[in-house]
Amino acid sequence: MAHSGINVLFEGRNLIRLFGGLWTTVEIAAVALVLGLILGVVLGVLRTFPSRLLRFVLRLYLEFFRIIPTVVLLFLFYYILPKQMGVNLPANQVATLVFALWTAAEMSDIVRGALISVPKHQRESGMAIGLSRWQLYRYVLIPQAVSLELPATINLVTRVIKTTSLLMLISVMDVINVGQQVVEANNQKYPTGVFWVYGIIFVMYFVIDYPLSWWAKRMDKKRLERANG
Amino acid sequence: MSSWQIIQQSLPLFEKGFVLTLWLSLIGIIGSIIVGLICSLLKYFQVPVLGKIAAIYVEISRNTPLLVQLFFLYYAFPVFGFKLNAEMCGIVGLIFLGGSYMAEGFNGGFDGVSKTQVETGKAIGLSRLQLARYVVFPQGFTLSVPALAANMIFLIKETSIFTVIAIPELTNTALDLIGMYYRSNEYLFMLVVGYAIILIPLSIILTILEKRVRYGSFGN
Amino acid sequence: MAKEIVKVEHLEKFYQKRHVLHDINFSVNEGEVVALLGPSGSGKSTLIRCLNGLEPYQQGEVTFNGEKIVPAEKNWQKIRQKIGMVFQSYDLFPNLTVLDNILLGPVKVQHQSKEAATASAEKLLDQVGLREYENAYPRQLSGGQKQRIAIVRALALNPELMLFDEVTASLDPEMVRGVLNIISNLAQDSNMTMIVVTHEMNFAQQIADRVLFLEDGKILEQTKGSQFFEQPQTDRAKAFLDSMDF
Repeated sequence: MAHSGINVLFEGRNLIRLFGGLWTTVEIAAVALVLGLILGVVLGVLRTFPSRLLRFVLRLYLEFFRIIPTVVLLFLFYYILPKQMGVNLPANQVATLVFALWTAAEMSDIVRGALISVPKHQRESGMAIGLSRWQLYRYVLIPQAVSLELPATINLVTRVIKTTSLLMLISVMDVINVGQQVVEANNQKYPTGVFWVYGIIFVMYFVIDYPLSWWAKRMDKKRLERANG
Repeated sequence: MSSWQIIQQSLPLFEKGFVLTLWLSLIGIIGSIIVGLICSLLKYFQVPVLGKIAAIYVEISRNTPLLVQLFFLYYAFPVFGFKLNAEMCGIVGLIFLGGSYMAEGFNGGFDGVSKTQVETGKAIGLSRLQLARYVVFPQGFTLSVPALAANMIFLIKETSIFTVIAIPELTNTALDLIGMYYRSNEYLFMLVVGYAIILIPLSIILTILEKRVRYGSFGN
Repeated sequence: MAKEIVKVEHLEKFYQKRHVLHDINFSVNEGEVVALLGPSGSGKSTLIRCLNGLEPYQQGEVTFNGEKIVPAEKNWQKIRQKIGMVFQSYDLFPNLTVLDNILLGPVKVQHQSKEAATASAEKLLDQVGLREYENAYPRQLSGGQKQRIAIVRALALNPELMLFDEVTASLDPEMVRGVLNIISNLAQDSNMTMIVVTHEMNFAQQIADRVLFLEDGKILEQTKGSQFFEQPQTDRAKAFLDSMDF
């Protein structure tokens, strides 16, 4: 009786609740991305500066966030912030913070990679016309780096969006958590409802992520074609 | 109890979780490489129908989260009579996810073989199959190694999500212990150490591989 | 009359909307050396690549050895065994040794026995003075050496026609001479039929039996080699020769 199961979505306010959950998810992702991408650009620029100590510290930051699974990062902040630091944040803010710091780490590596791949003579020509370091970054290096790494940045965005699925683990009322509640509440009436609820969540993620990754892929392809003449 | 005692007591449990994480990762990675290679070859040789199916699979798998894929496998499929235990769900889910990442890794390598190399191969009369066998694949595999290694690290980290379907790997072990004894510092410490032991060496190897390939261990 | 190896009739090529080759007509006889000259962007390389099926063309016909080529990848693949081509970017296969680079075509494509193919490959390596490198990998060679190997690799298929596409353009000046000498010897001693795209005017004058001068995708003149450099027939060619500091 697979067909009747789909009605679970139209029962009461179920669909609206699911979209409400999706909104929470999107909100957290959006705020984390804005904060994370900005911080990431700053850290990425700093990682091209000559100070060895600075570079080492930032590299450690990157490796920490890269090596520890995001699930573990969420729990680290969820337990340690209130206990060790006395900071009591609601779960969705903890999640936003974690995603932002993680995004910043990944972004810093993308930005650094792009900056050091801008040809050396570009940097030198900039200095030759008397640009200050700030001007060199502002007018020469960062604009070139941005266009170079836009596809990688978009891919990072899709990863962050997918990672928001972990929100339910620290009890944020995201789309999946709402989905679970809907499934449990309607289990008697719609035994196959679980398929449709998780199905629509599946589709929601796909609909958000697919256009982004399609765009990134197309840009990469064009670049490859141009490089090959 | 002191922290040290807590850690000592939990050690056997963490050891079990550690081994399970490694084991599931290993199966997942091998499966992903096989699935990924098949998809990539279907694309490279533009196999009709199957190539399209593989392309659709790759897009679906890459653009949805593992957690949702697992929920689907674990909760939704049994409704229609496909019932797998949690660990099988984890492995199938990880391969479903990893297959597309590995496919993209191989594709990137094959695409990275320069156009002039392909033309040179054609110029000496190589057939499509010979071109793949002697020119594109040997160079493409080498080029794709860093991406494959990065995917391995990614997949190992993704096993932490198995905790949602209660597979007692590292993360699940730690969360269970925290739930029972309320000693989050010690157990989280163990958890981080567990992943660090697996992932730090791999990430160092990855850095070396990336440098090697970038600086052309073989430029022509 | 000498045998006609290649004949091109009314060849037209477009890149999307851009018309890059206009009504190209010429033929090359056995043993003849034809130089394609012209400013950069004139379509020389595109034309020579059309003769090997690496670029599709939209209209016109190419006849090879009296047989009209049906331009499908499968046919080209067969014909390419009879046409050797050397590129500017030499492109040895980095994953194979020098000898394996040379043997790939004869053994895998033409199914020659490995012993026979090796023997003739070694003979060719002797001729270009690189026998001692047969087990080296391409990365161990200099640019000039790689280009000489690339020539050997093309010759190993016993082609009836050789195409050279700016083969010295990315070499250091001191490497150029050695590569050009090999091509000259090939023309003189082996009487090889060749089409050569080059910017080396002295070299072109030395080996070309005939010159095709291209500009903007059109053949502006076809002149005997000895004559072209002394008295080009068009003003454009004259201006070109002047600009080449010849």
